Amino acid sequence: MTQTMTPAPSSTGGMQSALTASKLPRWVPAATLVGSVAVVWMLFALMGTANLAGVLVVSAIVFSVVLYALSLAIEGRRKAADRIATILVGVAFLLALIPLISVFYTALTLGAGRFDAEFFSSSMRNVVGAGGGAIHAITGTVLITLATAVISIPIGMLTAIYLVEYGTGKLKAAITFLVDVMTGIPSIVAGLFAYALLSLFLGPGVRMGIGGAIALSVLMIPVVVRSTEEMLKLVPNELREASYALGVPKYLTILKVVLPTSIAGIVTGAIIAIARVIGETAPLLIIAGFTTSMNYDLFSDRMMTLPVFAYTQYAQQGADAQAYIDRAWTAALALILIVMALNLVGRLIAKLFSPKLAR
Amino acid sequence: MSKRIEVSDLNVYYGSFLAVEDVSLTIEPRSVTAFIGPSGCGKSTFLRTLNRMHEVIPGARVEGEVRIDGDNLYGPGVDPVLVRRQVGMVFQRPNPFPTMSIKENVLAGVKLNNRSISKSDADALVEKSLRGANLWNEVKDRLDKPGSGLSGGQQQRLCIARATAVSPDILLMDEPCSALDPISTLAIEDLIEDLKKEYTIVIVTHNMQQASRVSDKTAFFNIAGTGKPGKLIEYDQTATIFTQPSVQATEDYVSGRFG
Repeated sequence: MTQTMTPAPSSTGGMQSALTASKLPRWVPAATLVGSVAVVWMLFALMGTANLAGVLVVSAIVFSVVLYALSLAIEGRRKAADRIATILVGVAFLLALIPLISVFYTALTLGAGRFDAEFFSSSMRNVVGAGGGAIHAITGTVLITLATAVISIPIGMLTAIYLVEYGTGKLKAAITFLVDVMTGIPSIVAGLFAYALLSLFLGPGVRMGIGGAIALSVLMIPVVVRSTEEMLKLVPNELREASYALGVPKYLTILKVVLPTSIAGIVTGAIIAIARVIGETAPLLIIAGFTTSMNYDLFSDRMMTLPVFAYTQYAQQGADAQAYIDRAWTAALALILIVMALNLVGRLIAKLFSPKLAR
Repeated sequence: MSKRIEVSDLNVYYGSFLAVEDVSLTIEPRSVTAFIGPSGCGKSTFLRTLNRMHEVIPGARVEGEVRIDGDNLYGPGVDPVLVRRQVGMVFQRPNPFPTMSIKENVLAGVKLNNRSISKSDADALVEKSLRGANLWNEVKDRLDKPGSGLSGGQQQRLCIARATAVSPDILLMDEPCSALDPISTLAIEDLIEDLKKEYTIVIVTHNMQQASRVSDKTAFFNIAGTGKPGKLIEYDQTATIFTQPSVQATEDYVSGRFG
């Protein structure tokens, strides 16, 4: 027989100690929410003015007030303030989510109608009414974006490597400042820059895909520099020192220790940067122009892109206006899906290839 | 191979700040020398000048001479990369390369320098280095697992194996046990005793028991006050430093009456 006192297992629930405080049961917030929505909705119905937005806003206010009062009465000031803060954060999150969901939902419902095989297999050549597709725009977007990536990623990465690994003093400060300035350049200015640059060599009125790539590069390079810089800064200095201490020269240390350690983040940053510029419209409108035909050549003639396609379909509706509007929404939907896919690929790469730095 | 280090009239600066002033000492081959002293007295800074690692910090520079078997490290035209191939270093915090397996970590000095090595030579080198670091039996079945999955003490021994795999003449250790528990510390101290047969070892430590256990000679550094340069106060046989030092400050420090 043992003499030790063992506390009864149930005592943790019921017994009061100096450290337990009165607490609202877990179901109270949910019940308050349901209750306030129901009451407000009934009141609105009685007054004969039931509309969804009004009910939601008023019941959110009623819910906050009731829960705050309940909490203040039972749990005290600190917990009540916590409840209010939780509600505010939640509401802010929902508000931020509304435009995203709304845009995606609208694009999905309005764009689904023409999201068919013809849209992804034919161009707009000789199409004036219904039918037709955006294969020429998709091709153009892919080509121009690829060319942009080919120009921007090496320049951006090398700049970032210079800034983090080599740069000192005034030159580094100047480059950092210029990159900051570049981040803020309006996209239309980038388009005008590309136009001005090409027309220096090829005369006025020039339109070609590579010009679009140059304009987009102006927008993409600073994003790549910033993201790569942040990733390189995350590589612990101890790893560089460990490599130097083994008698490894600096360039090999960067190539074989610093870059492999941060490559997942760098690739993710580059993909996010691509996703950022792939939806640009204004510069492409100026320098890549618009066309209804397929063009595989970046270096001659106008080249259609998806955002410009959506714009022209909407802006220049023909006799059968609905067909044009449908195509514009489908192009928007396709663009959203491409950007989403790019973001997902970026996250996947970050997750799969990042080294385990945790200690 | 093991080499003698002769330091004469060495001043170390960070920019215009004099961090270590006027150090002269000679470290014999196949011996363990401990640097002790309060924090900020320039022990680590001085240690890093012995393989020109201090240059990694912008603005750091050195006046004076460090000779390794007669060759001045700071002579004109000396390539710091070649210096570091002869003078290896182990750091305070274990820092295995996170992208590499245990085996690749040991071979890092070879692989990172783009030198080719046959597979059998590589395997032999890995086994020899890991055995030398008393780590072989613990990791031989998981050589292809990442080095960051090991415990702190194992990681530190992996770093020692990595440093010895490039067969340096001198091994510098900057507080190699300060992040480790007593058992891992003991393993590293035993290892230092073994490594002494082949290398000249210089170790910075805050642990005076450790200095008295592992070292043959001890150098005591001190600093007059914040913003003043660190100085070498006394350098002698370890037994002498800990029993009858000739300078009062040393006695105060080793007996715990100071700081």
